[in-house]
Amino acid sequence: MNGFDWDWQFTLEVLPTILEAAKVTLMATLLGSCLAIIVGLAFALLRRSGFFLIRFITYWIVEFVRSTPLLVQIFFLYYVMPEFGVSMSPLLTGVLALGLHYGAYLSEVFRSGIDGVEKGQWEAARALNLSIFDTYKDIVLPQALRPMIPATGNYIIAMFKETPQLSAITLLEMLQVAKIIGSENFRYLEPFTLVGMLYLLFSLVAAYGIHCVERHFPKEGITLK
Amino acid sequence: MPFGEIVSILLEGAWVTLKIVALALPLAAVMAFGFGMLRLYAPKPIKYLAVIYIEFFRGTSALIQLYWIYFVLPFFGFSFDAMTAGVVALGLNIGAYGTEVVRGAMASVPKGQYEAAVALNFSSTQRLWRILLPQALVNMIPPFGNLAIELVKATSLVSLITIADLTYRAKSLADMTLQVTEIFAVVLVLYFLFAQVLAVVFRVLEKKLSRGLGRGGLGQ
Repeated sequence: MNGFDWDWQFTLEVLPTILEAAKVTLMATLLGSCLAIIVGLAFALLRRSGFFLIRFITYWIVEFVRSTPLLVQIFFLYYVMPEFGVSMSPLLTGVLALGLHYGAYLSEVFRSGIDGVEKGQWEAARALNLSIFDTYKDIVLPQALRPMIPATGNYIIAMFKETPQLSAITLLEMLQVAKIIGSENFRYLEPFTLVGMLYLLFSLVAAYGIHCVERHFPKEGITLK
Repeated sequence: MPFGEIVSILLEGAWVTLKIVALALPLAAVMAFGFGMLRLYAPKPIKYLAVIYIEFFRGTSALIQLYWIYFVLPFFGFSFDAMTAGVVALGLNIGAYGTEVVRGAMASVPKGQYEAAVALNFSSTQRLWRILLPQALVNMIPPFGNLAIELVKATSLVSLITIADLTYRAKSLADMTLQVTEIFAVVLVLYFLFAQVLAVVFRVLEKKLSRGLGRGGLGQ
């Protein structure tokens, strides 16, 4: 087994196939993060509800989703949902699982972001007779946004790095494609290394992008229209 | 299949999961402290080596690392059985995240403590072991607790390299019996209980370690 060298020709051969699969990975991440932001915001607002029972239930749902493995949640959605008459494609299942899992994480980020807005702002909004909806939309969320960016970005990168788990429900994302190439040619070195490097590259670029967004984001927040 | 039988098969899987956690957790702790300290105090070339390890394992996906160790390393003459590959991959992955915890906790010790230790003529070893570490350790406990829960969750990945852990058994039972709802519900609850127990253990640990450090007001 000595002298198992890196084969550049093989690398160049498989690169286009893997890059094609990268589109699926990125698509799952993008849709997953949109859903996670919506779910996270919903959980965060429910945790601030006036009813104890709603706060209590939401807390334990978030805690449950956060402390069970994403892989099992993926299996759960993929195998159990059809029992209730809901059949979904692997991609849709994956997006739903990623969105729920990371929505639970993001709800904590959003909650602390909302809690971080000064009390005087709430009081002023009440004094101006703004509705609850307008208070959140025009006063609280715009100011809460900036401090949330780094943590939200980190979770989206974390989500991106967990997309390979979707290969378990036969989604043809990067790692699954690399595995198939590997078993066909009995050469795992190049495809797996390539996928690893692509993940590293994407993560680093995304981390830099988030850093830039945070720096250029106006301190006073933006109005949500 | 009767429910009791399903649960007993799943519990066997939970035992395997527990074993993986028990093996990977010490490895992760060693990596976290070792490379965390190297990152902080080692001379330049070694420090960069630590940075490469940390960035590499944090920047790529745990599943890819697992596959790489299990499928690629044998071609270089390092053959592992699935269990070893799983423990090594998870230990190295969580350990890399742990280095940042160590670094952050060491940085969180007030500078005055360091200066006071110098002023009192403590040697550098004494400074580290008797002044800095005991205080930093308390700050490490909560994030380490979170990482331990992350590790429990990550163990489910080893089911993809054919280790018969909780997730693997759930999947094969589900394929066999088609009683998917009960099986996956039990599995989710088992993982949840595991995580809750760990959370309690780490909370107790934090309380124990913070005794006598003058934290949290009176009554210590």
